[in-house]
Amino acid sequence: MSLAAATRPSRDQVLAWLESVMDPEVPVVSVVGLGIVRDVVWHDTRGEQAGAGMGRLQVIVTPTYSGCPATEVIAQSIRAELQLHGVDMVEVTTRLSPAWTTDWMTTTAREALRQYGIAPPVGPAPGRADGSQVIDIASLLSTRDRPAVPCPQCGSTRTRLLSQFGSTACKALYRCNSCLEPFDYFKPH
Amino acid sequence: MQEAKFEYLLRLGDNALVLSQQLGAWCGHGPALEEDLALTNVALDLLGQSRMWLSYAGEVEGRGRDEDGLAYLRDGGEFRNLLLVEQPNGHYGDTVMRQFLFDAWHQHLLAGLGRSSDPRIAEIAQKSAKEVRYHLQRSAGLVVALGDGTPLSHERMQGALEQLWPYAQEWFESDGVDAWCAEQGLAPAAPTLEAPWRASVEAVLARATLPMPDHVGHQRGGRQGIHTEHLGHLLAELQFVQRAYPGAQW
Repeated sequence: MSLAAATRPSRDQVLAWLESVMDPEVPVVSVVGLGIVRDVVWHDTRGEQAGAGMGRLQVIVTPTYSGCPATEVIAQSIRAELQLHGVDMVEVTTRLSPAWTTDWMTTTAREALRQYGIAPPVGPAPGRADGSQVIDIASLLSTRDRPAVPCPQCGSTRTRLLSQFGSTACKALYRCNSCLEPFDYFKPH
Repeated sequence: MQEAKFEYLLRLGDNALVLSQQLGAWCGHGPALEEDLALTNVALDLLGQSRMWLSYAGEVEGRGRDEDGLAYLRDGGEFRNLLLVEQPNGHYGDTVMRQFLFDAWHQHLLAGLGRSSDPRIAEIAQKSAKEVRYHLQRSAGLVVALGDGTPLSHERMQGALEQLWPYAQEWFESDGVDAWCAEQGLAPAAPTLEAPWRASVEAVLARATLPMPDHVGHQRGGRQGIHTEHLGHLLAELQFVQRAYPGAQW
């Protein structure tokens, strides 16, 4: 192990720091909890740059939705957070495959969403991960097979889908028939 | 033959870009707040997909053009999108029907592209397919609701279907670019998507009480750069800032 490697914060330490980087549009869920951060890897910079200290930290992230405008803000926030902890050489890179899924969302993140007033995803992501499963239109249109989404305000499962798209692409708009409140639902994706 | 791959990627990127721009025009004009939000969210997904395809197209071309260079600085004749996506927004039924015919094709195309021999194409397609699932769920649901709705909504949906049908066939024709990409395992051959698309469309139209059109003959040319008069107007708006103030950033 090189001298530089000895002074490096561990992978777990880095991930723990990133737990405080929140998603800019859902500020109660961290980029780690959402499953956006896929990996962190240290690289030696000897020979690349003099006085590089602990080396270069590569943070591999994956976008939630391909048009998500938060992606660039997230990369900036990650760099800023790590610089606070003395990691100066941070490179945020994007990995597309395997595509992001809500299945990677942690239990803590789901509970944080619910308390914030957003219903967390119910059940696993639909379809196969590689998108190769062609959609059966009949089941897609059937409301009977759709899992009940509990209202994040009152817990009732007497809720109704208003629109497949809510305030952002990752959310659908629902209404609770018990407490009559509308709410956002984080779609299984 | 990198040229054929470049052309194919432009087709994918331009379809998403042009349709995204069209849907964006509804922003603030949707018939209901929920619809306004949904349209702009679908537009955003398509814009993101377009950026991925055009970025890759620029790399494959290798002449230093990036996604912005390709989106903002090509003229109409260099665009490779299907004629369907450049058809006017019209009334809401026209927009919904155009979206449904496209989404139904898009999901089958992306499922095939997800198995591409080119890993980059496969990963972009797999990512996009997950998004298009929700697009299709929404547009199919609206076609059923409006088709099987009031006499007026039914009549408008049938009109939209008849008018758009001739533009929703060219994507099944094979040409040199398509045949080469299929041969290399980069993409599914265009004609193979026809039967599954028809099955999807038939299933929804039946529930929407809309008879399938029986037109023979159709419009073609978009993939070769021969467009309807609508594309120029759309590009004038899309490209204005970069044309008037080259290199402008914000």
